[in-house]
Amino acid sequence: MIQVLLPHALSRHAGIDTLLTLELEGPVTPAAILDQIEDRHPVLRGMIRDHVTRARRPYLRFYACERDLSHEPMDQPLPDAVARGEQPFIVLGAISGG
Amino acid sequence: MNGVRVLVGTKKGAFVLTSDAERKHWDVSGPHFGGWQVYHVKGSPADPNRIYAAPSMDWFGQTVQRSDDGGKTWEPVGNAFAYAGETGTHQWYDGTPHPWEFKRVWHLEPSLHDPDTVYAGVEDAALFRSTDAGQTWTELPGLRGHGTGPDWTPGAGGMCLHTILLDPSNPQRIFVAISAAGAFRSDDGGASWKPINRGLVSDYMPDKEAEVGHCVHRIAMHPSRPEVLFMQKHWDVMRSDDAGDSWREVSGNLPSDFGFPIEVHAHEPETIYVVPIKSDAEHYPPEGKLRVYRSRSGGDRWEALTQGLPQEDCFVNVLRDATSIDQLDPCGIYFGTTGGQVYASADSGDTWQAIVRDLPAVLSVEVQSLS
Repeated sequence: MIQVLLPHALSRHAGIDTLLTLELEGPVTPAAILDQIEDRHPVLRGMIRDHVTRARRPYLRFYACERDLSHEPMDQPLPDAVARGEQPFIVLGAISGG
Repeated sequence: MNGVRVLVGTKKGAFVLTSDAERKHWDVSGPHFGGWQVYHVKGSPADPNRIYAAPSMDWFGQTVQRSDDGGKTWEPVGNAFAYAGETGTHQWYDGTPHPWEFKRVWHLEPSLHDPDTVYAGVEDAALFRSTDAGQTWTELPGLRGHGTGPDWTPGAGGMCLHTILLDPSNPQRIFVAISAAGAFRSDDGGASWKPINRGLVSDYMPDKEAEVGHCVHRIAMHPSRPEVLFMQKHWDVMRSDDAGDSWREVSGNLPSDFGFPIEVHAHEPETIYVVPIKSDAEHYPPEGKLRVYRSRSGGDRWEALTQGLPQEDCFVNVLRDATSIDQLDPCGIYFGTTGGQVYASADSGDTWQAIVRDLPAVLSVEVQSLS
């Protein structure tokens, strides 16, 4: 079971827990994870990645295994520890700064 | 009418303020959508329990929320705003062509007759419509595509379509206003559009009387006289008696003719209200005195309304969608400030009280008159 940690604002918007568990067939990639999240929770469409371009929204970050994967290709397999469910794939809102 | 419901959008959520017809004692509920910037909340004239809201957040983008019980509960509806056809370009700050990019919904305008139909004015400027209660949105592309669209340029606050007026006497007629492009009118239900900016003069433009490029801040009309329009422009308060075909200035004796909102009295079509702001760089009232100005002559001659409003050390702003009027008699008028106060007058502006004082910065105020 793959674990995904969502920002609190998104989980509240969708009425779900911040920690999601998914089962995926095939490569475990950010795109595959987000496809399944959006299928299960359509109200999250457009909120993690753009409706049209499917690009990550600029102020969100993707972390896993203490690495910033935000700039990796969306179809690149995630670390094995994520695929095995030992580490979560983290969707994080960037800090505001200031 | 036995009461009012005031819908307040703020930088960190929405609030619903309710009162009986006396409009003295208020119940405050919220925040709804806490943490989200709520640019606008508006109820359907056809069904007051149907309310639409447009929360957005820089991190997560746009949502649209709908209530079917007068704002007690909400559900997210469609948030996909895809420009129709070739996206095209408008002019960027440096003069180069820039692709249209959806950023947020600024204004929601429910149909006068159908609770399931609602218009959305968005940034980058375009007009969308939903006919399924907000589930799906379709652009009315004739506005961006009528010819001047590639010349539109954003102001510092973005290129937003912020005003949508539906003509109650002619379902085919729609007015919109865009910063910083100007005012536009459709006479065929939104299929085709033309600029209606003749008479506007903007010193910040090389051609001060150009067809487009004017920074219109807000337009208002009285439903009994939809051919008469009142406009608060970046500078200048304007009036049109021919549905926007021509405009004349009616700033008169205002202490400043810069400002954002403009409203028309519910029962007196020649009584209008503005909130003067010192300048485009100094977004606060002249002299630190928060004054609503009322004209009973459709402009030119204005009187300050101050009773109950702070008359010293007040440096808040009142944004373009942050005023509203109710339909009671006497007419109530309401406005919210960037300091988080919402003020109400139950006597057409003669006296004021703060309904709430410490909300997040107020972005929008809309009033529903309940029977």
